[in-house]
Amino acid sequence: MSINITDFVASAPLMTVTLTGVILILVEAARKSRVQVSFVLTLFGLLIASVLAIVNYSNEQTVFFGMVRQGWYANFLNLVFLAAALLTVLLSKPYLERAGVHRGEYYILILFATVGMMLMASANDLIVVFLGIELMSLCLYVLAGFLRTKEKSNESALKYFLLGAFATGFLLYGIALVYGAAGTTNLEIIEAQVPDLSSQWMFLVGVGLLLTAFAFKVAAVPFHMWAPDVYEGAPTTVTAFMSTGAKAAAFATLILVFHQVFRFTESNVNDLIAVIAAASMIVGNVLAIAQSNIKRMLAYSSIAHAGYMLSGIAAGNNEGQTGILFYLVAYTLMNVGAFGIAGLMENEEDKNLQLDDYTGLSQQKPFLAALMAIFMFSLAGIPPFAGFFGKYYVFLSAVKADMTWLAVVGVLTSLVSVYYYLRIVVLMYFKEGNGDVAAKPAFPALIAVTCSALLLLQFGIFPSVIVNAVQKIL
Amino acid sequence: MSFHDYALTITIFFPLLGVLVLFFTPKNSVRSIKLTGFVSTLIVFILSLYLFFGFESDNPSFQFQQQVTWISGLNIGYTIGIDGMALLLIVLTAFLTPLALLGTWNSVEHRLKEYTMMVLLLELGMVGVFAALDLFLFYMFWEAMLIPMYFIIGIWGGQDRVYAAIKFFLYTLFGSLLMLVAILALGYFASTLPEGEFTTNLATLYAVAQHIPLNLQLWMFAAFALSFAIKVPLFPLHTWLPDAHVQAPTAGSVILAGVLLKMGTYGFLRFCLPLFPEASLRLTPVLCVLAVVGIIYGALVAMVQTDIKKLVAYSSVSHLGFVVLGIFAMTEEGIQGAIIQMVNHGLSTGALFLLVGMIYDRTHTRTISDFGGVAKLMPVYATFFLVISLSSIGLPGLNGFVGEFLVLLGAFKSAVLGTYAYAAIAGIGVILSAVYLLWMYQRVMLGPVREGAVYAGHKLSDITKREMVALGFIVIFVVWIGVYPGTFLKKSAWTAKTVVTLMENVQRGFQPRYAEWPLKVPNENK
Repeated sequence: MSINITDFVASAPLMTVTLTGVILILVEAARKSRVQVSFVLTLFGLLIASVLAIVNYSNEQTVFFGMVRQGWYANFLNLVFLAAALLTVLLSKPYLERAGVHRGEYYILILFATVGMMLMASANDLIVVFLGIELMSLCLYVLAGFLRTKEKSNESALKYFLLGAFATGFLLYGIALVYGAAGTTNLEIIEAQVPDLSSQWMFLVGVGLLLTAFAFKVAAVPFHMWAPDVYEGAPTTVTAFMSTGAKAAAFATLILVFHQVFRFTESNVNDLIAVIAAASMIVGNVLAIAQSNIKRMLAYSSIAHAGYMLSGIAAGNNEGQTGILFYLVAYTLMNVGAFGIAGLMENEEDKNLQLDDYTGLSQQKPFLAALMAIFMFSLAGIPPFAGFFGKYYVFLSAVKADMTWLAVVGVLTSLVSVYYYLRIVVLMYFKEGNGDVAAKPAFPALIAVTCSALLLLQFGIFPSVIVNAVQKIL
Repeated sequence: MSFHDYALTITIFFPLLGVLVLFFTPKNSVRSIKLTGFVSTLIVFILSLYLFFGFESDNPSFQFQQQVTWISGLNIGYTIGIDGMALLLIVLTAFLTPLALLGTWNSVEHRLKEYTMMVLLLELGMVGVFAALDLFLFYMFWEAMLIPMYFIIGIWGGQDRVYAAIKFFLYTLFGSLLMLVAILALGYFASTLPEGEFTTNLATLYAVAQHIPLNLQLWMFAAFALSFAIKVPLFPLHTWLPDAHVQAPTAGSVILAGVLLKMGTYGFLRFCLPLFPEASLRLTPVLCVLAVVGIIYGALVAMVQTDIKKLVAYSSVSHLGFVVLGIFAMTEEGIQGAIIQMVNHGLSTGALFLLVGMIYDRTHTRTISDFGGVAKLMPVYATFFLVISLSSIGLPGLNGFVGEFLVLLGAFKSAVLGTYAYAAIAGIGVILSAVYLLWMYQRVMLGPVREGAVYAGHKLSDITKREMVALGFIVIFVVWIGVYPGTFLKKSAWTAKTVVTLMENVQRGFQPRYAEWPLKVPNENK
């Protein structure tokens, strides 16, 4: 048994991003002053990886001694991560230049975080899951503190690191217990044993600990406390990346482990997840109302969105899986967009982050305001934007799993969420501003937010593109 | 592949072309913005006339049908088609929108381009709601339409516009979200039947509906009915309406009253009754009591209003009560009356809002006590106001009479209601409507010109030719329906007949009760 070339070919997207990261390290070492080169190389690497993911799309293979599984699932999510990374990179350049910390390390960290995410989605072994999560998280800890002269950024990084390390402990312990029960960490072998295992307490405790760790990573109630502080303190573009890419990666693993391997249906585990989902929707949406800082508001809203997606896991049926995957696409686009605009509005002194700063935006920056309105309507789940179809699908899966109550909680909390999302629209459109929005939107960032908005409309009206991709056809 | 096949699709999406043109129009070329908006809506009206004349009244089936697979994994199709009721409402929508723009030609100065775009998008949503024959598609249009209306109220509305806009949005969304869960449950129910699969196709669901057990029917009915009752609005869910109507700009009020409210009553007839007939029969007393209470309550509250616009808004609550009563009388007369009353209310209340908007543009007040003797200064205006008021009251020879008469007749005859009480009490509502409208007319139009009134001193100019054209067209139809309603009743006859037959079959326990249902399950997706 040895590693051969097909292993690398099958994992081409993963390899490309890794290689780009490595090249960037060398570039940084050689020509320290040319950050633009790193920026262009990053974009290039991410684009090539995306193309390879599409080319490779339905090439199902288990590679690297059965540790990594490549195929439509990994590639679908690879595209989500790559899109999140691409949009973030486009947003980051002007943001970092303004903050005076436009340095090559940033892109290297983004690239390796992406590699971690891609590993999580293609894991076929709990050890790879762990490797992926750690690679991603370590990069994100550093990224959160990237504005190293700012107190809040440091606080954010430290909080994220401490709590993240704690969650890693849960994850490892969970893996250990599952290994103890099953005698292996290979997911395919565990899958075959699940019927026998599900009555063993050791296995179930392990599952519970795994669930805790994932719930932490997706910021679901009651493991959500870190999210608002971390999201607020981190550089806005990093927040955009964290709240979408990292969340998508955590969900990717969650689906992989809970939906594809453990396959609990109509068990107490599903009820437990349903309760977590409902609690996240309620807590996230209700607390978001009280926020006056846009990043904190979006942080609480992202807790709520984790809740919506968890309903799909709780349902445990195929609709749930498709629903979450669709939701992840929509969520990535709308959240990167919303944080992107928050980043564009922000100026050097950390100002313009309050909701009130959006007052009258539609008159000073009509285009930005229109895009922000699209993101808000989509986050609120109003058709014809993609956010609506995502909700439709996950609620459908909940109804199908006889969890109509969860769908009812979902729609009622959506109603609550409409209130705070629309508040931004109210401020932007219905109020007169004082006209001191100084931000001049930079070109790459504008491309990123415009693309997100257009794709939201596209996927909202023609969702079958994504639905078919999930049904393994591209 | 002929124009006929695509006529409905083109009618729905034509406003998009206008939006596209507007997008590239510079925002200070006021005239071309107005013209683009008006011409686009006018073309939609012409297209709707094509539908009207192409519609075969004696053919019971849904016409201009088109079906395209949209989201195959969930059996969601772009399925559209219209019956007589939908046809009348689409023509009404297409008729009122250009008139609303024409009648308020100079009222909006601020952000005119966005305003016109919003009106066009709103029209798209409204026509789409009436044409959709797939619950998912219906829901998309139903909710997407909230966005433009929200902006219209919130940006171009009156003093408390923000509050009104949010209230409107949240209130309506609350109902529709529960309806969404019911739609999902309905689709899921279809998949639990032998050889069934998840679907939102209305034709399939009509066929599936007879298997739904009563308790599930009651829940689903409640979810759908709540959503529609908020939209109508049925007492006691009407509190968003006065705020939204009063705060909205004139064109917004015209469309809100003229078309949006009809979406609720349309929903009752299209979805609630045929999908959940047992539940409907069960809950008829509840809805009829609410309808009758709404008729009286709306009229009484309208009577004591000091603001003309608010008075008209409450009169809507009263008039829509008649429509709901007619629907749940479940007789052919009642349902025919309800359908024609939807059109009537759209015309007369739409015109009343236009009239209120016209005087507000001139005097910047709507308080009744600020006026007096307006008829002396604006004789043409006063004449139009009188005709429209009388039509709203239900004077024989004008349109309101036909609708109210049929509804009351239906309610008297109704076996489902089983008592004359509903019709008798609703009859009092007709009298009350005469009281509040004529009393208002007297205070505003007649008597001496009020000393110290806002407009005293300078001459109030009578309505312009443009405004006259807008009102004139409405009056033509007011008289037409009043004198010869057959033109329109003929179109909706089959809608009423099929619903009534279905209800009778259900009551008698006939199977299959959907034997003659005009919407057939599609054989194969094209």
